[in-house]
Amino acid sequence: MNKKRMEILKKYRFFLVMLVVSLVILLLNPVLGKNVYRLTVDSVFEMLGVLPPIFVLIGLLDVWVKKETMVKYMGKDSGIVGVLLGFFLGAAAAGPLYGAFPVAGVFLRKGSRLANVFIIVGAWASMKIPLLLFEVSSMGMKFTLIRLVMDVFGVLIIAYAMEKILTKDDELHIYELARKME
Amino acid sequence: MIVTIVFYGLAAIGLIVSLIKSKEKTKIALKKAWKAFDNILPQFLGIILLIGIILSLLTPQQISQVIGEDSGWIGVLIASVIGSVTLIPGFLAFPLAAALLDNGAGYMQIGAFVSTLMMVGIVTMPVEFLYFGKKATFLRNGMGFVFSMLVAVVMGVLL
Repeated sequence: MNKKRMEILKKYRFFLVMLVVSLVILLLNPVLGKNVYRLTVDSVFEMLGVLPPIFVLIGLLDVWVKKETMVKYMGKDSGIVGVLLGFFLGAAAAGPLYGAFPVAGVFLRKGSRLANVFIIVGAWASMKIPLLLFEVSSMGMKFTLIRLVMDVFGVLIIAYAMEKILTKDDELHIYELARKME
Repeated sequence: MIVTIVFYGLAAIGLIVSLIKSKEKTKIALKKAWKAFDNILPQFLGIILLIGIILSLLTPQQISQVIGEDSGWIGVLIASVIGSVTLIPGFLAFPLAAALLDNGAGYMQIGAFVSTLMMVGIVTMPVEFLYFGKKATFLRNGMGFVFSMLVAVVMGVLL
């Protein structure tokens, strides 16, 4: 087998394992197996609902936003502006958390501060505005407010703790990874 | 649905403005968009199958049984682990959490479940590794897990 094929096989290894597992489930318990595929199709549609425009926006941001602009608003010396922008971008996002990682990648490539990127990821995970509306209607106002207020602090604490705990080398490694994913 | 329209609308407006300003740059932007998507596609396909498998193995009734109001810390821990390993689309997660409460789950346990569901993602770790590396990924998820315990305690006291 040639090198390129090996690489593709390696990239899709996890998917192939899951495919085999799901086929085994289908053979052993057809009802359960069909349910697996129904849920998978649901997830694909959920993804088609938000991920394609997010990736288009990532591409546009990559091409049109200058590095100096990003450094100014989200970089090391961006201060409170960077923090607020991080919260805003995360909260205005839609879709599952794995959509946040490529967005984090482009922000890192353009020179955004690590803590601000972790704020985007944290806010994306826990305070997306569209989801909050859902939360209020199913869980009630009190539950939602307690979680939201706590999460504002949680997101900040985690973001700054990450920056403190990660060494200079770790940080360089992360920026290097972001460049590799371009 | 509205969210979908808003995001597709934003992307469309962005593309049109970009096209007017420069055809060349828009082409590059779309190429980059595809590349960013292609980077996570293999992991993504595996993840959605894994989610399908996990969700069809766990039912609301089963979950409610182990994270009932009297399940205490063990229940909180189990709820956190379930929240960490599952990835449920947002619009399904809250109705599910509400259904779990109706089926007898406790507020403390549900607080832990909802919080870990949002902050901790075991199944999405393969994608997170690609961008942040293993150390930062474990760190972020670990802290999210511990923080979720805190949320559970506060929920338990206040609700």
